[in-house]
Amino acid sequence: MPHDHAGHDHEHGQEPPSDIALRVKALESLLVEKGLVDPAALDATVDYYEHKIGPRNGARVVAKAWSDPAYRARLLADATAAIAELGYSGGQGEHMVAVENTATTHNMVVCTLCSCYPWPVLGLPPVWYKSPPYRSRAVIDPRGVLAEFGTELPADVEVRVWDSTAEVRYLVVPERPAGTDGLDEEALAALVTRDGMIGTARL
Amino acid sequence: MNGVHDIGGMHGLGPIAPEPDEPVFHAEWERRVHALVIASPTRGNIDAGRHQRELIPGPDYLCMSYYEKWFTALTQMLLQGGVVTAAELASGAPDPAAPKATPRITAEQVAPALSRPGSYVRETSAAPAFKAGDKVRARNLNPTGHIRLPRYVRGRAGVVERCHGAHVFPDSHAHGAGEDPRALYTVRFTARELWGPEASARDSVSLDLWEPYLERL
Repeated sequence: MPHDHAGHDHEHGQEPPSDIALRVKALESLLVEKGLVDPAALDATVDYYEHKIGPRNGARVVAKAWSDPAYRARLLADATAAIAELGYSGGQGEHMVAVENTATTHNMVVCTLCSCYPWPVLGLPPVWYKSPPYRSRAVIDPRGVLAEFGTELPADVEVRVWDSTAEVRYLVVPERPAGTDGLDEEALAALVTRDGMIGTARL
Repeated sequence: MNGVHDIGGMHGLGPIAPEPDEPVFHAEWERRVHALVIASPTRGNIDAGRHQRELIPGPDYLCMSYYEKWFTALTQMLLQGGVVTAAELASGAPDPAAPKATPRITAEQVAPALSRPGSYVRETSAAPAFKAGDKVRARNLNPTGHIRLPRYVRGRAGVVERCHGAHVFPDSHAHGAGEDPRALYTVRFTARELWGPEASARDSVSLDLWEPYLERL
């Protein structure tokens, strides 16, 4: 993979730090010395994206939509507001739209031009979502992409692809799996996967 | 611009490679790049940042990782904004004559700032030209500057599904020409319109497109 040649530095091994790691360190030092950034604020930013947001947020949204018909209706009508009800908001989630999978419709989300992704509900995107193979083929061959993820979609199921070309961000609401009638929201949330909410998998 | 970033519809770029239990970041320097992009006072904006990444020469763009692109674009924006000088970047030391700045955000301010609801919607006096159900064609636009109209829909006919109100217009915003809000629409194109008769008759692709990208059919 192209991201591998410099995507993993060697700071924790025997080898010296990579060129990119040294350059990033030099830039950070320069900006700190100039008083432009506070290293503690950088640490807090990393902590936020590594620990405060992630696909568990989106899973809670989906589980609530499965359990609470009134919430589901609000989510489909105004996803930004419905998601904010659960406390999730912020950059890359300013204008949310929820798209619901059914027995006859499957939704899949991509950003062909860059890597737009709904950060507050899914966290930062995985490398494959940001990489050329997915970005190029999701729009022209969504069924082939789904098959590559192990999902063979019946021909009579309609595929709707959403290319995130503006500041609108999409969250796929997967179909609730059969046999889950007795489960509470927490147990349901545990069934919801990141890929299910991107639309590259069915639950 | 018709750069390699506009990649939708290409073949031959390799298999999709999901990584089991993928970490949020793969290296310490990726953490720092992500945080620096969020926290640095570049004097740019989100659209200018995207355009900077598009300006990375095509062969390099395809070989760089996401965070290498972010780092390259961040450095360019800091230089262009006059936030750092080329001499400072080369030496790694601040110009002794430069006044010391005050960071614009502290650790305590980070989480509230990052979770604050924002909006790209702006009030305008112009009424939207299209409404849901209208048939439109994506214009055949090929500017050398920033544009969010992928090549694979240019010239293709679709149907407006929804109007999102007037949103900040990236084509202006990326180039320092103001927010220039324009009506934004979700437009749905059938897979056959985009990819020909071999495509599934059931499938479609929807994009969010600004009014200047569209003409009435």
